[in-house]
Amino acid sequence: MNEATPALDYWSMLFVFVLSTFIGLGVIRRVSRLLHTPLMSLTNAISAIAVVGAILVAGGEFPLEIRVLGAIALFASVTNIVSGFLITDRMLKMFKDPRAPRGQPSKNGEAAK
Amino acid sequence: MIAALVQLAYVVGTALFVLSLAWMSDPKTARRGVRAGVAGMLLAILATWIQPAVVNHLWVIVPIVLGVAVGVPLSRVPITAVPQRTALSHAFGGLAAGLVGTAKYYLWLQHEPESLTRFRVGAIVLEVLLGFLTFTGSLMAAGKLQGLRWIPQRPVTYPLQNASNFLLLAIAAVLGVMLVIHPSAAWASGYAFPAVIGLALAFGVLLIIPIGGADMPTVISLLNAYAGLAAVAMGFVLENKLLITAGALDGSSGLILSIIMCKAMNRSFTNVLFGAFGQVQAAAASGEQKLYKEETIEGAAQAMEQANLVVIIPGYGMAVAQAQHKIRELAGELKKRGVTVKFAIHPVAGRMPGHMNVLLAEADVPYTDLVEMDDINSDMPQCDVALVVGANDVVNPAARHDKSTPIYGMPIIDADKAKMVFAIKRGRAPGFAGIDNELYFLDKSYMLFGDAKNVIGELVKQFTGGGMH
Repeated sequence: MNEATPALDYWSMLFVFVLSTFIGLGVIRRVSRLLHTPLMSLTNAISAIAVVGAILVAGGEFPLEIRVLGAIALFASVTNIVSGFLITDRMLKMFKDPRAPRGQPSKNGEAAK
Repeated sequence: MIAALVQLAYVVGTALFVLSLAWMSDPKTARRGVRAGVAGMLLAILATWIQPAVVNHLWVIVPIVLGVAVGVPLSRVPITAVPQRTALSHAFGGLAAGLVGTAKYYLWLQHEPESLTRFRVGAIVLEVLLGFLTFTGSLMAAGKLQGLRWIPQRPVTYPLQNASNFLLLAIAAVLGVMLVIHPSAAWASGYAFPAVIGLALAFGVLLIIPIGGADMPTVISLLNAYAGLAAVAMGFVLENKLLITAGALDGSSGLILSIIMCKAMNRSFTNVLFGAFGQVQAAAASGEQKLYKEETIEGAAQAMEQANLVVIIPGYGMAVAQAQHKIRELAGELKKRGVTVKFAIHPVAGRMPGHMNVLLAEADVPYTDLVEMDDINSDMPQCDVALVVGANDVVNPAARHDKSTPIYGMPIIDADKAKMVFAIKRGRAPGFAGIDNELYFLDKSYMLFGDAKNVIGELVKQFTGGGMH
């Protein structure tokens, strides 16, 4: 990570950025409007991938003050990962379809009506 | 060997993240999406951890343990508090990006100044700017949503507000450019870099101060996009493509949600961010006093019982009054009597995208009964009773024709096309935008004044407690 890298790499990173933005736009556009709140907490947890940078800074052979910055960033990222995924799942569990109760015969659904 | 494994793990992680979001397209597959996301994240963490550059394992373990200790309770907040939890996690995301950017800058500066290429410094400046402004901006938004007493709820405006904000941002941009040109000068690390951090922190606060509650869905989405872009910038700094992809996915999600929210209010980004609703209130509130027609609980219950189709239109007021469980009971009682009950969901009802859906789903309303504005509007002329619960601007017909209102042009739920309208309203004051709601003064409209939870509880009693027949 620390060696000098050829300038070409910047271009490939920009390529990755542009392409993944378009993939993101395509995928997110199809997300059900019902689920926009869980979507936001899910993408929040995913963007806590900053954890990768934080681990490298906190756990590296670096001066103390640098590691402290990394450790705080790591704490913040892990908080987002844990709370983001858990609350997304908690919310998604609440969305129930009366017509098709998962794993159960349909008579339950009838009884609810 | 390890390097190849790490890259392989990152590639698989990227694929899992894309799948995770793809599965969110349907409530039936959505939970699988969460599992894919978790798998991708664990893979990425392990792949990073096994790298030989990570030597201080205690420094990794302790923050992780603390993060889990805080994260678990944060995931158990009541569903009504989800908007502020979301804002808070945007803040954490911004903070992490800002701190890692700061750490990398000073690390390279002290140990290998030759690594501070212009490209990297540019990326670091962007990362730090976006990260720290997202941090304070989201903290302010979370505070407003939580209703903290020392954060003003109403938009705060002052003369030359936008001009001074732009000036602040311009100074930060100039400093950023100077840093890119002279990354390792003494003034750069001593003054310019800390100044960029300070300006970003201040800008985040100033950006949110003029924004009112009704604009929160847009602002939260926008902060979501910023947090994603900060992660992308971090990816450029660390030359890590997994970070770039995941950040871009988050950024595009925030962007799409912001666009949907803006469209649902017929406003532009700039208008939301720089055109506070505040100024309009005084002017609009001076209109003449009109009279409300009231209806009794008994009368309203009777009308609903005789209806074929009842459409309930919830708004933020429902969340404030915690009325969603009572509403489900009411819908249940009506359904027992053969009445079709649907919920009409406006995209900006509530304080974040999808807010009403989650609240009603928690109250056990099946999601098949939750209908989007565009789909329900064609049914509204067949609707016998429209019941408005804590919604206001999203049902105001003035949005269609009155160019003088701040909500002009905003798409609304056509409650006025229903045969009869009942509106539950806490008091007689106008809505958030400070304008009287025309809907309430139509011949077919009747008001039920009181706390939404109590009023609906009384309605339910009419059906269960033998108050009727």
